[in-house]
Amino acid sequence: MEKQELLKVEGLKQYFPIKGGFLGRTVNHVKAVDDISFTIYEGETVSIVGESGCGKSTTGRAILRLEEPTEGKVEFRGVDLAGLSKRDMRKYRKDLQIIFQDPYASINPRQTVASVLTEAMDIQKVLPANERRGRAEELLETVGLLPYQADRFPHEFSGGQRQRIGIARALSVNPQLIICDEAVSALDVSIQAQVLNLLEELQDEFKLTYLFISHDLGVVRHISDRIIVMYLGKIVEIADKYSLFENPKHPYTKALLSAIPIPDPDKKKERIVLRGDVPSPIDPPSGCRFHTRCPYATEKCQVDVPELRTASSMKEGHEAACHYIEEIESGEKQPNY
Amino acid sequence: MSIQGTEDIILEVKNLQTIFKTDTGDVRAVDGVSFKLPKGKTIGIVGESGSGKSITSLSILQLLASNGKITNGEVLYKGDDLLKLTENQMRKLRGNEISMIFQEPMTSLNPVYTVGQQISEALMLHQNMSKKDAFIRSVELLQLVGIPSPDKRVKNYPFELSGGMRQRVMIAMSLACDPEILVADEPTTALDVTIQAQILELIKELQDRLGMSVIFITHDLGVVAETCDYVAVMYAGQVVEYSDIRTLFHQPKLPYTIGLLKSLPRHDIEQDKLEPIKGNVPSPHEMPVGCRFSPRCPAATDLCRTKMPQLETDENGNQVRCWIYTDEWTGEAEVDIYGETRIAKSGGAKTVLPD
Ligand SMILES: Nc1ncnc2c1ncn2[C@@H]1O[C@H](COP(=O)(O)OP(=O)(O)OP(=O)(O)O)[C@@H](O)[C@H]1O
Ligand code: SF4
Ligand SMILES: [Mg+2]
Repeated sequence: MEKQELLKVEGLKQYFPIKGGFLGRTVNHVKAVDDISFTIYEGETVSIVGESGCGKSTTGRAILRLEEPTEGKVEFRGVDLAGLSKRDMRKYRKDLQIIFQDPYASINPRQTVASVLTEAMDIQKVLPANERRGRAEELLETVGLLPYQADRFPHEFSGGQRQRIGIARALSVNPQLIICDEAVSALDVSIQAQVLNLLEELQDEFKLTYLFISHDLGVVRHISDRIIVMYLGKIVEIADKYSLFENPKHPYTKALLSAIPIPDPDKKKERIVLRGDVPSPIDPPSGCRFHTRCPYATEKCQVDVPELRTASSMKEGHEAACHYIEEIESGEKQPNY
Repeated sequence: MSIQGTEDIILEVKNLQTIFKTDTGDVRAVDGVSFKLPKGKTIGIVGESGSGKSITSLSILQLLASNGKITNGEVLYKGDDLLKLTENQMRKLRGNEISMIFQEPMTSLNPVYTVGQQISEALMLHQNMSKKDAFIRSVELLQLVGIPSPDKRVKNYPFELSGGMRQRVMIAMSLACDPEILVADEPTTALDVTIQAQILELIKELQDRLGMSVIFITHDLGVVAETCDYVAVMYAGQVVEYSDIRTLFHQPKLPYTIGLLKSLPRHDIEQDKLEPIKGNVPSPHEMPVGCRFSPRCPAATDLCRTKMPQLETDENGNQVRCWIYTDEWTGEAEVDIYGETRIAKSGGAKTVLPD
């Protein structure tokens, strides 16, 4: 079957102004997302990973226009969302839903679960009003809660249960794409596994597409088909899951993977410890943004911005933005710690 | 790796119980915590949120909120029960012999003092150093924990530092007086993984160099596997399994521990499906009568639901709190653990669940 493009992001930039001086003028910008492009196909799960401040959540928010993107295109089924009027955008809100990290913060504590769900249906004009309550109860069952819990308030639920309510709310408007922004990060592992399994079941059942935003590479390996790695507002590597974990090419991806502790005391592996902290996105390093911490960096890296490309050792669709993919692979270039 | 053997035990917690008085009744936050910390080693305390990890460490140091009270147990440090010391004696011990790094560095560093002032204060208080000597030592300590340009950083306020650097400052402060035991409560949870890797390496290196014993509290099983020699698993206020690190990961005994490991999505191997533990942790106000895990345990029997199991020690010194491993578990019970049927032969503490 042909892969159908569902969402296509092109040249997306999100700059946030920094006000300064007593006139409150814009003195600079935080370049949270700086010219990124990628495509998501129908029915797949794409994850964006990276450390705090790399721009992964900002990307999700810009796609939904929760913040107006500075530049770039966000095409959903061929329609550029970024170019739509606010009013026309509203029609697409039901197709693209988001689930946040903290389910409590995104649910009104004074609303019963039923009214949280029926309100979402009302705004998007899903179903006639008299069928919504029944649908709400159905949705609760779908996410593993009980229909009678519809009249309870959010505080009467545990963290994992509240996350299920967040999922039910997203599902209530029959979306096509769900953006999960650290949706399972705050949950304990035993509960996190329940919610991950639920998300997978729902994907099969409702043919959903997920954009999964997470800093947890274990979760990401489990849930994704393809993975995007970001560093300081840029994409440094895109690959199918297997290639990314078994054949990473960008030095940052390698360092990131090697930094994650493995829950097996007999598996000790080479750790690449990066120097220093992530630089500020206000004044990001020139050339390759990773050059200040990269063990392979040269003068060229300080000047030339590397483009995403597929070297001959990489599978189709696997791209990395590094000048020295081949030289690092062949051992011609050695790390300098 | 025997725990009972010849190793020198520097700290032993026995049957600790800590209760908080609240408007809605008593919360038994810690209710049956026992473990041993061999000298120079690291013990991990793992468990999910609310299982009582932090309260255990705060109880050891007697730093509980005013509504909290230790109602039972012993905390033996080099053989003496800390719970019998006066507040004055405890104050001398804290930060000096036993020191602590907290979960959130920002809340435990004082925002209105510079980093140098805060480290110096500990040195002047515990080591009777002069102000000048304390300042020099502060710079040395910042250097020791890998802070670049320590002579400049010593004059910074906490907000001027990144998260990773703040955590390094916390570690520098906790090391100021050469403690025998370092209690680290989720010292890397708020940090990015590449920074976490730096901090874990630092703690390990300092431990080797200074010969400290470490209590490492975390909910991250990867961090445990990487840093600890022994582990105590907590569930609902109790230690439910205690063993050396390799046994815990390769031959976990407790259905709860097995479930935790099966729930964990891993980045280093392909897994087909996660096997979650059903249900939720019990509310601290409504603890199950018998085994606290029994409402969620796939192997639970009527015995489990009515009587609380005790921590039983096996021939290696490892411990587990589960009826399966006792003489009361009669006959050959079929235990259905997460979709696989295993036969637990009654062999008391020697029972093994075959794979
Ligand atoms: N001052 C207090 N008053 C009442 N209950 C308290 C107080 N402090 C802690 N508790 C309760 O004690 C129990 C254990 O809490 P503790 O902070 O030790 O958990 P934890 O295992 O450290 O969790 P986390 O992983 O979230 O840090 C919880 O039920 C908590 O709500
Ligand atoms: S005592 Fe019973 S309920 Fe508790 S963990 Fe063991 S088998 Fe499960
Ligand atoms: Mg805690």
